[in-house]
Amino acid sequence: MNEIYKTDALIAEDIDSYLETHQHKTMLRFITCGSVDDGKSTLIGRLLYDSKMIFEDQLAALENDSRRVGTQGENIDFALLVDGLAAEREQGITIDVAYRFFATEKRKFIVADTPGHEQYTRNMVTGASTADLAVILIDARKGVLTQTRRHSYLAHLLGLRHIVLTVNKMDLVGYDWAVFEQIVKDYRDFAESIGIIDFAAIPISGLAGDNIAAPSANMDWYDGPTLLAHLETVDLDQSADQRKPFRLPVQWVNRPNLDFRGFSGTIAAGQVHPGDEVRVLPSGKTSTVARIVTFDGDQDRAVAGQAVTLCLADEIDCSRGQVITAARSPVEVADQFEATIIWMDEDNMVPGRAYWLKIGAQTVGATVAQPKYQVNVNTMEHLAAKTLDLNAIGVATVTTDRDIPFAPYEDSRDLGGFILIDRLTNRTVGAGLIHFALRRAQNIHWQATDISRDHHAAMKNQQPMVLWMTGLSGSGKSTIANLVEKKLARMNRHTFLLDGDNVRHGLNKDLGFTDADRVENIRRVGEVAKLMTDAGLIVITAFISPFRSEREMVRAMMQPGEFVEIFIDTPLAEAEKRDVKGLYAKARAGQLKNFTGIDSPYEPPETPQIRIDTTRMNAEEAADLIISKLIP
Amino acid sequence: MTLYSLTHLQRLEAEAIHILREVVSEAANPVMLYSVGKDSAVMLHLARKAFYPSPPPFPLLHVDTTWKFRDMYALRDRAARKAGMQLIVYQNPEAVKRGINPFDHGSMHTDMWKTEGLKQALDLHGFDAAFGGARRDEEKSRAKERIFSFRTTNHRWDPKAQRPELWRVFNARKAKGESMRVFPLSNWTELDIWQYIHLENIEIVPLYFAAERPTVIRDGLLLMVDDERFPLNGETPVMRSVRFRTLGCYPLTGAVESHARTLPQIIQEMLLTTTSERQGRAIDHDQSASMEKKKQEGYF
Repeated sequence: MNEIYKTDALIAEDIDSYLETHQHKTMLRFITCGSVDDGKSTLIGRLLYDSKMIFEDQLAALENDSRRVGTQGENIDFALLVDGLAAEREQGITIDVAYRFFATEKRKFIVADTPGHEQYTRNMVTGASTADLAVILIDARKGVLTQTRRHSYLAHLLGLRHIVLTVNKMDLVGYDWAVFEQIVKDYRDFAESIGIIDFAAIPISGLAGDNIAAPSANMDWYDGPTLLAHLETVDLDQSADQRKPFRLPVQWVNRPNLDFRGFSGTIAAGQVHPGDEVRVLPSGKTSTVARIVTFDGDQDRAVAGQAVTLCLADEIDCSRGQVITAARSPVEVADQFEATIIWMDEDNMVPGRAYWLKIGAQTVGATVAQPKYQVNVNTMEHLAAKTLDLNAIGVATVTTDRDIPFAPYEDSRDLGGFILIDRLTNRTVGAGLIHFALRRAQNIHWQATDISRDHHAAMKNQQPMVLWMTGLSGSGKSTIANLVEKKLARMNRHTFLLDGDNVRHGLNKDLGFTDADRVENIRRVGEVAKLMTDAGLIVITAFISPFRSEREMVRAMMQPGEFVEIFIDTPLAEAEKRDVKGLYAKARAGQLKNFTGIDSPYEPPETPQIRIDTTRMNAEEAADLIISKLIP
Repeated sequence: MTLYSLTHLQRLEAEAIHILREVVSEAANPVMLYSVGKDSAVMLHLARKAFYPSPPPFPLLHVDTTWKFRDMYALRDRAARKAGMQLIVYQNPEAVKRGINPFDHGSMHTDMWKTEGLKQALDLHGFDAAFGGARRDEEKSRAKERIFSFRTTNHRWDPKAQRPELWRVFNARKAKGESMRVFPLSNWTELDIWQYIHLENIEIVPLYFAAERPTVIRDGLLLMVDDERFPLNGETPVMRSVRFRTLGCYPLTGAVESHARTLPQIIQEMLLTTTSERQGRAIDHDQSASMEKKKQEGYF
């Protein structure tokens, strides 16, 4: 009799002792991945069915659906159990990761059924990031495929410690031992090449149920465990994290009243006891754990994976995003890293663009440099790359706008795994795995100077600002900027005009017109403008600056209110008609690549402080309007 | 060094607490949807744990249909007081005015009271993150939903454009008017919920326990006649020993015949039963993808 069915007797006869056993079950989270039609969903359906997780009403609905849209003729199509979205059922494919739950006498399982298509890699990564084990499915008739390699690589990359190779559809190859052996050998050759040292291999048939929950009568030559038996007994090693030094990223500061100040968070590694010496990073302040506070009373220890609240003996500064660590083995702190980046957005990564980076409980500004290389996830080759597009994986330098405590991803998913968020759309556009720090924070200092920016400004008797003119090529930016500067000079204002063309003759002569170079162009101009405002100047700039993100990046560099965005609004047709420099003609003729408005996008400001409609006023009037808005 | 192995319930509890704290740290104006059912009871209990010794720093919101069981209203008010939390009760004024009820208005009852009522309440108070007690094991489209589930300014869920969600790093960023529905119990199963209620001794509505109750049978559902508004077309309610596996509006929630009067007995019945928990809900029966459609429209 199947293990699972035996529990029924216990439940019926002695529910209390059943509950007692069930309470002490451990939990295994795993993913299933494989190519289209390898039978992933069928396998999960089978696991649920064999562990009695499918109820009669669900079975009735399933039989109904199987007849209507199933792919198994008169038989139950288990795939329909897990493909839950209407689009998935229509197309017969898995788009997004689905979570399913079942339990046996020994363990509770959470299985993430992840999609096989390359276009849904981000969803596979979502499922894999919280899993302990990966079940890699191979169709016995097809052997190791490109997708098998990609899934194995991703599972290994994300740090899944256990890999189970299941060779499925053995019924369709006559349960042949030789077929199984050849596939295992092929897979081992590949697995070793990417650093997977160990894996289990099990021949199964998801459809017929061979070696899923019950040993197969059709494959006497296989004497290993069934898939379920393997999942039940694989060593989770969950307590390994407890042996590491203590780390707690602070999520929330708990202050119900003036007498209580606790630091709440989930312990990422190690153990903690009252009396332990701790260090808070990045500040480096030390203290001692006074209490471990929980709703169930104070505890005398807490371990990795638990969500607790710590009270420290001293009143030291500590806030969300900081990390409380063992005093004698703190984590590293840095602001520049080498990391593997998995790009997950339809819009390509733009090197140099400012993204939000969220790691642990901290969100900081960050930029990603041009990748050192991209990995072809099908062949594992390293390729040169200027950017990363959807589902691409590469290695690049990441720079954050402040110091962050971290650990290499292979030591800690919590302290080494981060996501990148687009500042405008708020979408999660990338995921990153930190390898190591490139620049130790302690080596860079900010040199304090005695003459402050306020002092500089006061001497000039003016408010520093940046008048940022953006618009298409030929819209009239330079002409208007020049007039504005002349008028300000007449008013005894100290100004400086940074012009797009001029800057490209010197400071930025190494940059071209790709998206990445345009971003770097604006970043440099922003930094120069910032230095000039520090010196008390009114800076006028005339750059196409086509991307909203970069204009916002420059705004963020300045003091609040200093950045004035002026949209020189000339319709493309009008600018092209004027074509003062003859550039549009060249671009249309294909002699000029990446020309804004023609084959490179322009993102107009949504809410500029000043908008100049050049079809309704001339340059002189525009300059007067700008001055009148700025200097009342 | 002594090592300690965490049980699956300890891991689920820690995960839920982590999620609750993350929302409170990142959302401007969070709220907890409280439906008075067993999942809500567990979620509220976890919230008390997550922020102890502070009370949970957000209010409870009950989107009321006026058709809940009387026992539910009683527990609702008591539970909020005990947790030291503000309780906001919202009833869609349009539904109040038109007297929308499950007997005369069919699916409009759910649309107006629950779907519309929820959207109105969230908009009225400007809540930008709402905790819900939904679990992934309940229904197929829920099995696919993220823990932090992004909603547009119209409260719509787009299943094809879900944000990737890695590790314990949740992206809660959104533009003004957009919001998050957050499900701390995503990875819990029905058994986990019962077991946790048992272990933690959490108070639940007595309707979950079997008792003699006045019932009638309508469209295959065993319904309880909870008050005088239930139109009896010549029927006489029959006293039966029944209990409820889920709780909603009483005219829409089917009971099961049972003699389980303790939690272990309920768990025992649940483990030996052959039908799923939502079977007693009229809402999902229409078609396989009905929940996905309702969710896209803004239903929880």
